[in-house]
This record gives sequence, structure tokens and C-alpha cells, in this order.
Amino acid sequence: MLTETTRQTVQHLVAAQKHVPGALLPILHDIQDALGYIPAQALGNIAQALNLSRAEVHGVVSFYHFFRHEPAAAQVVQICRAEACQSMGAEALWAHACSRLQTQGGTSADGAVTLEPVYCLGLCSSSPAMVVDDKLHARVDADKFDRLVAAAGSAA
Amino acid sequence: MSFKIYVPRDSAAVALGADEVAAALLAQAQQRGLEMDLVRNSSRGLFWLEPLVEVQTPAGRVAYGPVTAEDVTGLLDAQFHTGADHRLKQGLVDEIPYLKQQERLTFARMGVTDPLSLADYEAHAGFAGLRRALTLDASVVVQQVLDSGLRGRGGAAFPAGIKWKTVAAAQAAQKYVVCNADEGDSGTYSDRMTLEGDPFMLIEGMTIAAIATGATQGYVYIRSEYPHAVATMREAIDKATAAGFLGADILQSGKTFHLEVRKAAGAYVCGEETAMLESMEGKRGVVRAKPPIPALQGLFGQPTVINNVITLASVPIILARGADFYKHYGVGRSHGTLPFQLTGNVKRGGLIEKAFGVTLRQLMFDFGGGSASGRPIKAVQVGGPLGAYVPECYWDLPLDYEAYAAVGITVGHGGIVVHDDTADLSRLARYAMEFCAIESCGKCTPCRIGSTRGVEVMDRLKNGDHQAEVLLRDLCDTMLHGSLCALGGMTSNPVLSALNYYPQDFGLAASVAKVV
Repeated sequence: MLTETTRQTVQHLVAAQKHVPGALLPILHDIQDALGYIPAQALGNIAQALNLSRAEVHGVVSFYHFFRHEPAAAQVVQICRAEACQSMGAEALWAHACSRLQTQGGTSADGAVTLEPVYCLGLCSSSPAMVVDDKLHARVDADKFDRLVAAAGSAA
Repeated sequence: MSFKIYVPRDSAAVALGADEVAAALLAQAQQRGLEMDLVRNSSRGLFWLEPLVEVQTPAGRVAYGPVTAEDVTGLLDAQFHTGADHRLKQGLVDEIPYLKQQERLTFARMGVTDPLSLADYEAHAGFAGLRRALTLDASVVVQQVLDSGLRGRGGAAFPAGIKWKTVAAAQAAQKYVVCNADEGDSGTYSDRMTLEGDPFMLIEGMTIAAIATGATQGYVYIRSEYPHAVATMREAIDKATAAGFLGADILQSGKTFHLEVRKAAGAYVCGEETAMLESMEGKRGVVRAKPPIPALQGLFGQPTVINNVITLASVPIILARGADFYKHYGVGRSHGTLPFQLTGNVKRGGLIEKAFGVTLRQLMFDFGGGSASGRPIKAVQVGGPLGAYVPECYWDLPLDYEAYAAVGITVGHGGIVVHDDTADLSRLARYAMEFCAIESCGKCTPCRIGSTRGVEVMDRLKNGDHQAEVLLRDLCDTMLHGSLCALGGMTSNPVLSALNYYPQDFGLAASVAKVV
């Protein structure tokens, strides 16, 4: 069940954009911006407002990689694993991150960090690249990774 | 006396500490009692030098780079703000060979101006194309784009003018212009640079497209991985609208064009135009069968111009300087320039705008300086994740859509990813197949099932089952000819090129491989 506050947030965001042509994606973005994810319990409300079936809304949410089905950890680390970054050691960086954060991708066992792959941040000329809590970093190696993640962790 | 200093705000510079450099400069200038005018310009695209800080001197802008926040004290001690010597000094920015040897038409303003200053944009020839377009009949505008020979820079290389002509001729109450800025290819960032670094140029190009075709509403569909681009573009649209370059009465011409940003949500297939349209309509990004073509039944079923960022951003200069000026650049039927994006394992990676006809070897060695690792270059992937791995025998071919197509290479969006001799092409080929499996929209069987079977077959091949090669080739052939869109169709490019030119990486003898 959604809390009353969350339910109201969803209702409010849906109402604000429901008349926009092709409103579903803008609405989902707004909900994720506000809550950090798209709660499964909100799909019915969205569907009703847009005159869609709940299955249609679920189909859209699950199709796109960007939408989260559950909240991320307080710290989010994304590492680019596309070709340009691979050519400069992104796979080794990913392996290092997995061992350092004790996860194979996803949220770590202690719930402190969510590690995700991304496929291109547009920083291909200064690869490998990653994102720590919405901040971009280029030319990342294992040392730089450790420094950035430690700094972000202590700031949180 | 106040001194003027430029610190880039482009994502790639920010990722290397440009914000910290700007903050350190401001703090130290205040401490030292120096009056400083700090401009956040965009990037010149010389990424190995980022953050590249420039200072205005009577002789011109002098560059220092790569600058870190820790360098700022030393730079100011050395009086770098007057253009003084320092170990990071690169000389006059316009004289840096990497930049000087380019032919910058679309990227002429990049790194020069403040991206969100309308006054700066106009002072550097901005809106000259739009102003001229407003004096011409719509059909003349379309003819200019046709005559320029401009082809879509998104991948398929379809002539832009023909698309525009189709939309212009269609009868409908509502038409749209949509810019596909879902630049998902690894090794490409020229769209990101444009959205962040010269957003008014894209706005101007889209407005000209609207005037030429009778569209009154436009959308820029930008990928969610580019939050800086989304923010900059939204701010630029607000500014352009407030100043009368967009809206209900563009520059008192009576013409209307409204523009809006739509944020994508991380589906690679939405780079394909019909999947993007579905996404914009609020649905899963599932590819549509063509016909009908989007020029006649596009967004919400209405006639729609769909071009990518660089195509639309090339339009202002065509209108401002004339079709002949633009057409003069290039070779064969590849007219104009392309911003090549040199990336991966290369010493001097960056954006290089050159006329068609330059070779990969020139780009990788004359501009790029060879591999970053110092090891021999083994393979170059051209045209994104669905582009071929190009062996050395083709590095001297002129970059030209037809010359490349003749040997099975797609120029695509101009992305070039360099790999040294430690690269395992069988692993990269498997990655391409796996990427297709993850990103397939699921509508057609060859792409949806073929990519999954492809990964399995490649694993068999890697484990020593040489019979699997025949199966893999057969599967690639099915995907190439049976897929509904380029995602499934072009996955055979990286796979077959790796297999043909680097058979040893698959444990196959060179003689076994069939070069097509």
C-alpha cells in the first residue's frame, strides 16, 4: 500500500501532466524524480487517469531501463560498459567495483550502494567514465574509483 | 583591469574537474583582488586537453590545459591571465594544429561562445540562416536543403531535403518537427556537445525545418543519460521563446513554432525513428513497420520531419551561406562535413569536424597520435555498436558513404572507437550480440530470438565447436534480411567483421574464414 503522502504526490503529478500529448513518459519521469522510483501500487492510479489498462502502464515502465521498480540505495554508482570505455579498461573497472562494493551489480548486501551499468554517457574520448550520485567522472581507474566512492560515502 | 577567462561547462570537461577549476579561479581572484570575468564556454572538443582554460589576450585567446584545481595557484602566480608562460600553456587556441586542421562549419562556435547567451550567438553569425529563411518562400528553403546535398547524419544517410519535401507537400492540420537526440551509440557525443554547447543552433535548424514544411510544433527527444543536455536545452528554448525566436510570431513574421524537450528513458532502440515516435506517444518503444513513412504518418499520425541533431544543426549554415557553399565540401555524393568523434584507446581523443574524404588513418594517427596505451592498433569500430570492426587494409579508404558501403562499413553517426592489440574481437562480437538481445524491442523474431541464439552459438564457437561458425553466419544472414529495423539488421556488422578479419580470436584458422 502507498502511504497517503505518496498517493497524493502521485495524484498531483499525474493531474499536472495528464493533458499533455503522449503524457505517460513525462508523468513517469516526474514520479521517479519525486520518489526515486515508480511504485507498483501507483500504476493503477496512473492507468485510470490516462484511460489505459494497468497492464499497458506496466508494459511501459518495464520496457525502459531508466525507470526503477524499487528505491536505489543512498549512494548510486554507475559505470559505463560500452565499447569506447571497454577499450580503456571499463571491464576491469567494473570487476574492481563489484569486488569493492560486494555486489555483482544492483544494491549491495548492506544496502549502502547501488551499482549499475550504463551504456554510454557521451564521455567516450576520456574513457572509462562513471557517475557517482549524479556527478560525472572521466578517466577513472581503480584508485580514482576508490577515492570517489569513499568521498561520496563519507559525505552522505 | 578586468581579465576575461573561459572555463568549459561541457560534461566531458566537468567530468574532469572543470567546475572545481572555475570555483578555484573565482576564489583566488577574489583573494588576490583581481577583477575576473569568468565565462563558462562549451568545449572545443580537444578532450585530451580538458579542462582547457582560455584567457583573452590582445593577441587572441591563449589556452592552458589540462588544468586541475590544484594548478590554479601556480597559474595565477605565473600571471597566466596575461598569457604568460607556464608548463600547461598550449599557445593561441586557434593555432593548435588539432583544431586548425579541421573544417568547422557546424562546430564553428563550439567552445568559442557562452552556449546560453543569445547575444553571443548572434554576434557569431547566429540566426542568420533563420532570418534568411523568413524572407524566402517555403519551397525555396526546401530546395536549398535539397541542393546542399545534406544527408541524414543519424545513420541511414537519407537525403534531408527529400524528407522535408514530402512533409511540405502533405496536407494536414498539424505537422511536427522532431529531433531525435537519443544518441545512444558508444563512441559518439557530437549530439551531446551540440545540445550542451550550442543549443540555439539546433533551435534555429528546427525552426527553419518548421517554416519549410508548415509544422508548428516541435520536440527534441533527448536521452536520459544526458541530464546536462536536457537542462541546457530547456533553458535555451525558454530564452529563445522569450526573445521571439520561437513561439506564436517568430521575429514578427506571423509564423508559429513551439518547441519542447521530451526526456527519453534509456531504450537504445528509440534511436530508431518509429520506435522513438511510439515512445513520444507514451508507449513502449516498439518499432513500427513502414510504410506508412513518418513523413506522412508520423507523430500522433501526422506528417512529421524527423532528423537527428547534427542534420538539423547543419541547416542554419546552409541557409546563411547558401547551398553551393556547403555542397562544395566533401567527395562524391557525400557533401559537407561530418563531426568525427575519435574515441577509445587513442592518445588525443576528441571531436574532429572534417569534410568527407578524410581517412581513418589520418584521423587516428595525424589527429589522434596513435593508441593511448602505446601498443599497436588492432581494430577500429566505425559507426556505433552496430558498426563494423575495420581492419588495417581499409584505413586509407576515403570516408565517404558509398566507398564505405562498398566494403560493408557504415559511417553512421561518425563515431570511431579505437582498440589496441589486447582487444579480443570474439568477446567484442559477443558483446554486440548480447547488446542486441538486451535492447531488442521484441517486435520481430529475427532480432528478438536471433540475438539470444547468437550469443549461445558464439559461446559454442569459443568453446571449440567449429561447426558453429556456419550456424552463426546463417543466423547473421537471417537477422540482416529478416529484421524489421537496423538494430537486428546491423548487429551482423560487428559480428561478421570480427569473424572475417580476426578469425584467430575465435580460435579459427585464417584460411577457414570467408571474407565477404
